Amino acid sequence: MLELFDGPVPVEETLARWYKEEATSNYGAFIPFVGTIRDEDGISGLSFDIYTPILNSWFEAWQSKAKESGAVLKMAHSRGDVPLHTSSYIAAVFSPKRRVALEMIEEFVEDFKASAPIWKYDLKDGKRIYAAERSTKIKGSGLLKVKK
Amino acid sequence: MVTIEFLGPIQKEKISLQASSLNDVAVYLSADEELKGWLESCAVAVNDTMVTDLNTALKSGDRVSLLPPVCGG
Repeated sequence: MLELFDGPVPVEETLARWYKEEATSNYGAFIPFVGTIRDEDGISGLSFDIYTPILNSWFEAWQSKAKESGAVLKMAHSRGDVPLHTSSYIAAVFSPKRRVALEMIEEFVEDFKASAPIWKYDLKDGKRIYAAERSTKIKGSGLLKVKK
Repeated sequence: MVTIEFLGPIQKEKISLQASSLNDVAVYLSADEELKGWLESCAVAVNDTMVTDLNTALKSGDRVSLLPPVCGG
């Protein structure tokens, strides 16, 4: 399940809802990761663009992988502006036992950072500035650069 | 005609051109000053599937997307 929100992700409501959804699914472990906007470098918040078609297929591939391990993934992310001290991201794994969930949450979040088609901007002095230096090239980048 | 679209922070309207492979697209875009710097940092999708081969064939109606470096979360 992949959920997108305009603005901050409603963390308490979302975590409570996910917990309830899987309450009788016989999972022994539920490991959520919540990403919150910190006050740093004079920003008033962050902002996000998302390309949904590729995000969906990326997530579906991960969901299939999780299923092979008997686990299920859930993810929520913000679109648009997200103020300081609110959250833009939740990833969660439910699995029968803890080991699968602990390993998968790390692998999933790392691949999310490297591959999910989401672009981050700093909100600073009334401007929306692409966070170029904190961004990661997707695998295979540079394909269209003509060799000279 | 093939459509080229620029995602995220690339401030550029989509364009249409005649191309039979991604290589044709690369040659065309390399002459575009606005894209200087972006071509080496962007990944590429054709019809929303990521591709890594410059010889990927294109047909009329295909959609090529350029994906700049990402940072979700």
